[in-house]
Amino acid sequence: MIKIKEYVKAASLEEAYELNQKRSNRILGGMLWMRMSNAQVQTAIDLSGLGLDQIEETEEEFIIGAMVTLRELELNERLNDCFDHVLADAVKDIVGVQFRNLATVGGSVFGRFGFSDVLTVLLSLHASVELYKGGIVPLEEFAAMKRDNDVLVNIRIAKTDGQYAYLTHRNTKTDFPVLAVAVSKIGEELRVAVGARPAKAELLDVKDLSGEELNALNEELAKKLSTRVKTDSNMRASAQYRSHLSKVLIERCFEKINTCKKEGE
Amino acid sequence: MIISIMLNGKKVVDDISPDMTLFNFLRNHGCYSVKCGCETTNCGLCTVFLDDKPVLSCAILAARVDGHKVETMEGLQEEAEEFGRFIADQGAEQCGFCNPGMIMNAIALFRENAHPTGEEIKQYLAGNLCRCSGYEGQLRGIHAFIEYRENGGAACRK
Repeated sequence: MIKIKEYVKAASLEEAYELNQKRSNRILGGMLWMRMSNAQVQTAIDLSGLGLDQIEETEEEFIIGAMVTLRELELNERLNDCFDHVLADAVKDIVGVQFRNLATVGGSVFGRFGFSDVLTVLLSLHASVELYKGGIVPLEEFAAMKRDNDVLVNIRIAKTDGQYAYLTHRNTKTDFPVLAVAVSKIGEELRVAVGARPAKAELLDVKDLSGEELNALNEELAKKLSTRVKTDSNMRASAQYRSHLSKVLIERCFEKINTCKKEGE
Repeated sequence: MIISIMLNGKKVVDDISPDMTLFNFLRNHGCYSVKCGCETTNCGLCTVFLDDKPVLSCAILAARVDGHKVETMEGLQEEAEEFGRFIADQGAEQCGFCNPGMIMNAIALFRENAHPTGEEIKQYLAGNLCRCSGYEGQLRGIHAFIEYRENGGAACRK
């Protein structure tokens, strides 16, 4: 269990940033994962007094404060209407309602955890993060960055016109996923993010594929893409099993997207 | 550090250590319905309402709750009893350890959604584990309670 010597509810982002420069200090998200570590924290920095628990909508994007809970992400109608309910689909099996009322989007994204449903689904969208000092960084870039001492302020999702799907396989209902797949078809662009490989989510590189191949959204394409998913083994499943699941889940996401497309026509 | 929490309608002020969880704070203040069953933030036994939302009290610092409202089953006796009878009528539980957490979350469900479908009930209560039963008795009790209310039984207090 984590040990904390001091607790500070930051009065400003500047104060949070200053405090966070010291290695023994830590910013708290929902604390659901962090509490189980054996970390000895000098000062726990709480961002919950900074109004970062709001989802803002502008003409071009949604701005999700770092302290917005997973439950809010799940229940926000505008956000879910805009993206075929994909955000609710991504978080609904994370432990339980009580857990999701505490877990924060910022904590999940900043942690860049391998098991993260949130990171997986956001990678499949046109998402970016705003860092207090680092400014706005595309999520793909942020996901690949090493953890540093900046403060994650919010996550931005551009409003795109497309179809979206999210599927996971879990050994038991509320466990971490064995594999998580998020697919978006935004115009001609196809985005396939695979998480819980068990390493952290990655967007598959599809640059070498022709428009015709990408538009097909069929079994052949799912098979081809699944060979690009780098899987590994852990206590939940073997690499081989995950590779097999990759094809199945990518194909099922394609099916959902094809259905949504037909309905939209 | 000194914090002040509105606990079951009464203001409670205490000097706490910065890493005290809300769970320990509540136990220290006599709320013994709140239990810890897993230590991995998964079982739902420590469910309380924080500003009317069900949360896992084991995972939140008491310091963060300073100035907020917390309710445990001790503060919801009437509502809990009314619903709890339906669980008892089914003989749903064996050891009963998970019962307060489940009742708290079921009350949260009924407040949010007065007419949940079977699937919605399962989805909402997925984070409440019971290691004795197979949940069937609890689900029967929940359905019986919903039917009772739909037929004009006393409604849950909002």
